[in-house]
Amino acid sequence: MKIQVRGLSRTFVAAGRAMPALVDVDLDVAEREFVCILGPSGCGKSTLLNIVAGFLRPSAGDVLVDARAVQGPGSDRGVVFQEYVLFPWLTVAGNVEFGLRLKATPPAERRAIVGRYLELVGLAAHAEKYPVQLSGGMKQRVAIARALANNPAVILMDEPFGALDAQTREVLQDELGRIQRVEHKTVLFVTHSIREAVYLADRVVVMTSAPGRIKQVFTLKLPEVRDRFAPDFTHYESEITRVVKEEVAKVHE
Amino acid sequence: MLLTSVPAMMEWGLGGPPLPSRRALRWRLTALLAFVALWSVAGGLVQLTRPFNPIFLPAPWVVLGALAELAWKGQLWPHVGATLERVAIGFTTGAALAVLLGLLAGQLRSVRRVIEPVVELLRPIPPLAVLPLFIVWVGIGEGSKVGFITYATFFPMFVSTVHGVAQIDPRLLRAAESLGARRRDLFVRVILPAALPDVLTGLRLGVALSFFVIVISEFVGAERGLGYLINDGRNFFLVPQMLGAAVLLGLLGYAGNGAVRLLERRVLRWQQPL
Repeated sequence: MKIQVRGLSRTFVAAGRAMPALVDVDLDVAEREFVCILGPSGCGKSTLLNIVAGFLRPSAGDVLVDARAVQGPGSDRGVVFQEYVLFPWLTVAGNVEFGLRLKATPPAERRAIVGRYLELVGLAAHAEKYPVQLSGGMKQRVAIARALANNPAVILMDEPFGALDAQTREVLQDELGRIQRVEHKTVLFVTHSIREAVYLADRVVVMTSAPGRIKQVFTLKLPEVRDRFAPDFTHYESEITRVVKEEVAKVHE
Repeated sequence: MLLTSVPAMMEWGLGGPPLPSRRALRWRLTALLAFVALWSVAGGLVQLTRPFNPIFLPAPWVVLGALAELAWKGQLWPHVGATLERVAIGFTTGAALAVLLGLLAGQLRSVRRVIEPVVELLRPIPPLAVLPLFIVWVGIGEGSKVGFITYATFFPMFVSTVHGVAQIDPRLLRAAESLGARRRDLFVRVILPAALPDVLTGLRLGVALSFFVIVISEFVGAERGLGYLINDGRNFFLVPQMLGAAVLLGLLGYAGNGAVRLLERRVLRWQQPL
């Protein structure tokens, strides 16, 4: 198992009151597997991702990546954030090679890697631009290339397409699907879009509304290249929608 | 969104108006020429009709003449040089101290807890109020003048440096750490570049303030300097000399500001949308 989440709980303290965000979550992600965490807002899915990334400490339980316990953030876990979070003072190429420079990769090799990933995300022509000159979709492509170029063991994506408009969002989903067929990374992907999850994932983990637990796991038996209008695609979509709706309804009760 | 608001803030705070277009430049020149023309007419009229002694309102050419005469006699450059030297030493020392301490205070909460209350206590005191203290402590020589500039410029530069470090988007630090950055990498590769716009804003304030306070300290017990020239002009009723020195101070301040702007434009290229 690439990622092992064991009995993970996290409680936040707000105004003197303990608010459990995650309760007893167990999850295994296999090598090269693409797992989507799906759930209503506030279900703790981002908390889960932040703990795996090492940004947050769990209240109980632990996370192992390649059998090593997560102690803090590290280059073995690449992160793609919802709000891009590029270094604005670095060019596109500078952002992509950030991790390689830290590792002191020789320049020739660095250039080759940067070129390859910019090519992969379709930004080879924009290498010398600054983030301020890019659209949201382009920024997120840079962020994806930056994470991939560092060659992490796993990639964690926190609603990476959440800030994009619907069209750009689908284009980037297509591209991420294509990239995954080339790169075969182990990915943990948080989203609240059911369609997005069914389009990208090998497995979809549906979480309960707060406090977050795992409600149900769907292993998708769909072809590698997916068709959003195929009958079994829409079947999964409506099946998962039904399960998610139960949770959303609970929030409103 | 913090990331996009930083460039927006900077555009408002220090970028100022965009590079003057041809038309804007023409307007500027016209306004300047109009001002000088108005001054010339007023000066000329006073000289012709003599409603009061024309020495009180010399025309621009009289001021220029006075400067030219001083320059011709070799008496101008020592004053300009003295002022520039004091500003250069005082400002550089102030900037070095402010940026170093500011980066340290921005990084380490313990340092901030010690320095910030002291700074907040001293900062509201107008620097001019402590000039006599400097003179009592250090004497009326170069030390008190240079030290006074250092003291006065320290505060805005320190505060903006601390602000620059404190306002860094924590997500940038997380992103860097996820790419393998350690503490030292974070400082060099994230905190420094992210704080740079605010540091440069502070430097610009510091340069302006340097020329502001040097004049007053040169009023007191100086033998050279543009401030001395003004005070000397007052003693001997040399109004053209007073105005000339003031104009020179203005030009020097303008050049100092322009120099920092040029630096900003070079190192903050990443903030320009195109």
